[in-house]
Amino acid sequence: MNLQLIELYVFILAGFVGFFVITKVPALLHTPLMSATNAISAISLVGSLVLAGATDRGTLSAVLGFLAVTCATINVVGGFIITDRMLRMFKREGGPKGRAR
Amino acid sequence: MSPVELAPPALSGAREAFIEGAYLISSILFVLGLKSLTVPDRARRGMQLAALGMLLAIVGTLVHHEIVSYGWILAGLALGTAIGWPLGTRVPMTAMPQRIAISHMFGAIAATLVGVAEYRHLAGLPGGPGHGQMAALGFEVLFGSLTVTGSFMAFGKLQEFLPGRPLTFRGQNLLSAGLFLAGVGLMAWLVVAPQHPAAFLAMLAVGLLFGVSLVLPIGGADMPVVISLLNSYAGLASSATGFAIGNNVLIIAGALDGASGFILSVVMSKAMNRSFGNVLFGAFGAPPPPSAAPARDVAVRAITPEDAATELAYARLVIVVPGYGMAVAQAQHQVREMAQLIERNGGTVLYAIHPVAGRMPGHMNVLLAEADIPYDRLKEMEEINGEFKNADVALVIGANDVVNPAARTDRSSPIYGMPILDVDQARHVIVLKRSMSPGFAGIENELFHAANTSMLFGDAKASLAQLVHEIKQA
Repeated sequence: MNLQLIELYVFILAGFVGFFVITKVPALLHTPLMSATNAISAISLVGSLVLAGATDRGTLSAVLGFLAVTCATINVVGGFIITDRMLRMFKREGGPKGRAR
Repeated sequence: MSPVELAPPALSGAREAFIEGAYLISSILFVLGLKSLTVPDRARRGMQLAALGMLLAIVGTLVHHEIVSYGWILAGLALGTAIGWPLGTRVPMTAMPQRIAISHMFGAIAATLVGVAEYRHLAGLPGGPGHGQMAALGFEVLFGSLTVTGSFMAFGKLQEFLPGRPLTFRGQNLLSAGLFLAGVGLMAWLVVAPQHPAAFLAMLAVGLLFGVSLVLPIGGADMPVVISLLNSYAGLASSATGFAIGNNVLIIAGALDGASGFILSVVMSKAMNRSFGNVLFGAFGAPPPPSAAPARDVAVRAITPEDAATELAYARLVIVVPGYGMAVAQAQHQVREMAQLIERNGGTVLYAIHPVAGRMPGHMNVLLAEADIPYDRLKEMEEINGEFKNADVALVIGANDVVNPAARTDRSSPIYGMPILDVDQARHVIVLKRSMSPGFAGIENELFHAANTSMLFGDAKASLAQLVHEIKQA
């Protein structure tokens, strides 16, 4: 099978997985959900890294790569930290990890 | 596509397997991380696993054979961490909508730059990019560039250096439609004939302009939909990057993000009883024609903090309805304090959260959780609406359109049909409000004139502090 066709399969199936998983996320956690998906999609860092490291393609390419790495890293670092910060705040009344009220 | 391997085949095979293995595991961890968000108690642990997956993917990538030097990489990682760290640790929860908007911009910049550099690289090779690859690059750059400027506009409106009201002019939708068609046209042309760098740059420029013209006319109250939509676009841009460079983990993560943003935009649109098209092209939030709301002579009843406090102190069930006004006044901690006093007197306090309360999906929940209010007290609209008839007091704090009964009764109202919180069924409604000015949608709210409604005028935070003080005396 053609490689791009396989990629299309991956995309569509992942989209379905995303749809079925995310429809079950309660409205309570919609803000953390958004920051979480934002952090996860910063996986485009992987592409940026290769670009910034392939310095044999010329300086302009490496500089574009450097900028892309910077932006994607901002989202990876900031995104996971802020998601964790938010999720830490959600406590059940007298729940297992609940701080005393 | 890649240059001839210099490493011996066995070594390069092992390296390839390591990278692919890392990507596969991180894809699994991403899905599990999102799955964990369906259960609040497990969410934190799950997202930490997802972060581990990200680390794994990064480490795996660092041994990629096309990487020949690490200088630029380390510089980018260091600078990105230096900026991302404070954005993660310091930004207050009230500023979350603009924080998320700007992070969509960063993600989209990364995707767009990779697309531009990849096109430049491929166009320099003898064969040029293939048609399929060009389609992927086109999607990547088009979605990426419109998300860059669109998110920046959203950020500007939320941070309030751009006016929050819709900025419109004659022929705006025509301009947007024209830009959209131009972008799609340029992309189609490039797919047929990839070797046209000028067309590629033009497509980039059109995408950037389209992002501006798309978001500028959208009002502040519609931001939940816009942010969700941009979330989706940023994900799709990441996915397209995966297609362009042949990387499955990017395709998967981008598809998850795209699906999430799409679902959230649908949820938000439904909660406003409006279609996507109407949000994007309707310029809702503009002042309605003057005839829409005839001025009424019916006086509103003001209530003193003392009287309100007495009533709250002896209430059995109080339902708090928070809105954007509570976030602006940063009054969530006073709300918690008041709730504790009521609970000490034997009453129950619940919170009714409308899906579009605030400026992004779920914003109110985060603010109340930050104030140490247990999340099982935060109720979604469908869950709480039956409870209002049992409530002694419904306390509306800085919410307006989401409690406007006109949505149920007045066919001529712009918000007619929008699902609302049925606060008017409570025995007594106390509305904390700065003044009688209409809400974001600019619509008269008859709730304020109802017989069982009293208004407590003033800044929400100051009013609540006063209520707390008075309840202690009561």
